[in-house]
Amino acid sequence: MIKTVTSQSFKDDVLSSDQPVLVDFWASWCGPCIAMEPTIEAVAKEFDGKVTVAKLNVDENPDIANQFGVQGIPTMFVFKGGQPVERIVGLTPKDKLVSVLSTATA
Amino acid sequence: MADIRSVIIIGSGPAGLTAAIYTARASLKPLLIEGEPAGTGDQPGGQLMNTTEIENFPGVVGLQGPQLMIQMREQAASFGTEIITKKVTRVDFGARPFGVWVGDDEYRAETIIVATGAAPVMLGLPREWDLMGRGVSACATCDGFFFRGKDIAVVGGGDSAMEEAIFLTKFANSVTVIHRRDTLRASQVMQDRAKANPKIKFHWNAQITALQGDGQLTGLELTDTQSGAKSQLPIDGLFIAIGHKPNSELFKGQLDIDDKGYVKTTGVTTSVPGVFAAGDVQDPRYRQAVTSAGTGCMAALDAEKFLEQHHELPAGVPAKAAI
Repeated sequence: MIKTVTSQSFKDDVLSSDQPVLVDFWASWCGPCIAMEPTIEAVAKEFDGKVTVAKLNVDENPDIANQFGVQGIPTMFVFKGGQPVERIVGLTPKDKLVSVLSTATA
Repeated sequence: MADIRSVIIIGSGPAGLTAAIYTARASLKPLLIEGEPAGTGDQPGGQLMNTTEIENFPGVVGLQGPQLMIQMREQAASFGTEIITKKVTRVDFGARPFGVWVGDDEYRAETIIVATGAAPVMLGLPREWDLMGRGVSACATCDGFFFRGKDIAVVGGGDSAMEEAIFLTKFANSVTVIHRRDTLRASQVMQDRAKANPKIKFHWNAQITALQGDGQLTGLELTDTQSGAKSQLPIDGLFIAIGHKPNSELFKGQLDIDDKGYVKTTGVTTSVPGVFAAGDVQDPRYRQAVTSAGTGCMAALDAEKFLEQHHELPAGVPAKAAI
């Protein structure tokens, strides 16, 4: 399942999470973000219970995008213990995400 | 050996999906290997996934590029196209049935439609990839939003560059078009639109020779193509629109390819009988969504005809009169 996070819920859902969180920064007008969706859904299924997979709409939550210096989407962050440990910019194959998340959960 | 199919389509832009719609409607049960998200400009759906509103696909009004591609895909699937969201890693067109591999998975078909499209060309400068998403972008529609009120540049002189520059003025304070010549390659209508836009400036005869900034783009080093003089241009963002190159790497040594990388075709027939090519991978001249769809249709009809001539139509599919 993919969790929708916002500026309001970011601290609770992402920064204070007990398990690693993959946050997909996206927007509805971004074609590549839409192209990325099935991949995000697939990794969410694969890491169910081990990684929280979340989406953050940059249109609605520009402050968070700004805080993390996002200037291109899709951008995906892996947060662990409240810190961003990985930043992946652009369209990304599933294998790459799987390997990043495997490292984060190891 | 893997099951032998009638047709495998490689690529899922307008060419590949049109070929899928036609071959599926002809009961050929096509397998479409659509690719997977792999990098800027490399994605299922093709280049239209990086665009906004479509203005030049007849009958399509008020639709965004990605929406059009999603609809085409649904249309292809509705007629029974089998779709695999993976990238083809190897092909063997040496003999029929042709071989197509996705990693270790092997697929075989009597005909192949190559529709792998084209990908944006990058500048090839050091740190270009490191600064992607940190000021450097190859997708104005994706990233323009982040440059509200900023001063940015677009490099390129074709229609895509003009389109991006105009689009970016919605957000940016100023857009400087950097072009290595003093005339544009863009169509007159796009040139006129760009030149009439008060936010767009032109920097002629200039080549970008370095990207400045540490972890965040702050400016460009430009070299004058006439005098060789170097200058600095402080900017917050750079959008790259210097053209595309055909995605034909996979077919080297299998199909005849010209010196610019385009798969050589007569109509949509390649150097290998039974292998057809459609869309931007074989089109150095038009490169439009509608011409890609057109050649995708041609490839589908020619593949069907080829199967008929070689008595390889699936059981129950009636032969048609010659096209």
